[in-house]
Amino acid sequence: MFIVIGIMFMGILLGFLLRQQKLSDIHRIITVLIWLLLFLLGIDVGGNQKIIQGLHTLGMEALAITLAAVLGSAMAAWALWYTLYKKKNKEGRI
Amino acid sequence: MKGSLIIVGFFILGALCGVYHLIPYDFTQSKLSFYALCALMFCVGISIGNDPQTLRNFRSLNPRLVFLPVMTILGTLAGCGIVSLFLSHRSITDCMAVGSGFGYYSLSSIFITEYKGAELGTIALLSNILREIITLLFAPLLVRWFGNLAPISSGGATTMDTTLPVITRYSGQSFVVVSIFHGFVVDFSVPFLVTLFCSI
Repeated sequence: MFIVIGIMFMGILLGFLLRQQKLSDIHRIITVLIWLLLFLLGIDVGGNQKIIQGLHTLGMEALAITLAAVLGSAMAAWALWYTLYKKKNKEGRI
Repeated sequence: MKGSLIIVGFFILGALCGVYHLIPYDFTQSKLSFYALCALMFCVGISIGNDPQTLRNFRSLNPRLVFLPVMTILGTLAGCGIVSLFLSHRSITDCMAVGSGFGYYSLSSIFITEYKGAELGTIALLSNILREIITLLFAPLLVRWFGNLAPISSGGATTMDTTLPVITRYSGQSFVVVSIFHGFVVDFSVPFLVTLFCSI
């Protein structure tokens, strides 16, 4: 599993070594690979009867997880906001 | 926005091919998606290493705000942990793996599909697209209820690109640097956290 992350670090190293060059095509390659992988994921999902029939339930689960994640992170951000600004009465200052 | 629609379009196109068996070759048994994932992460690495300008910009950041990405990650994981109690057939690590996408739906859904199968991968795709949409739509409310940092935390990994305009609009111009820094750190954490929660 950690092979993929190791490969990313090799990429970072190579990108850093080649930092004098402008590798402008890399973002295009990334976009095309993302298209390919989501197309493949689509084939997986479409060919799986269980997922297609349960799509409604999966959608509701996704919504529940997202709302919890957004509320959790917003409250954590509020806690940091309160500690940094409100408490010291320096509202609005960065 | 157009880019996101194209990505979702490819997913739907693939799903239609799968439903109607338009492609005779069975990709689920092949290692093609794993190799494509490796190639993708290699390219993502190159693009990070090749762009020292982003890192240089972070010097003007308020040092106390380096904690914001940590708060985002902890808050998200806490929320996912709590909601997993109500989703009886999903384990806490599954929910946390989905939450660890932080709105980076393309990468997180690909990773989770690779490690946990297409069902959880689909949840990850839907959930992380929703996170981006919710942030775009509710940024003004988040600012009112939870303060100026809230839309940045809610935006997760997307705050350096797609949600940056609304954050600038509703939190203020002075939050641009922290927003980009936050997006960069959270973005970088996605492959680590998703792999972690898929392997425990």
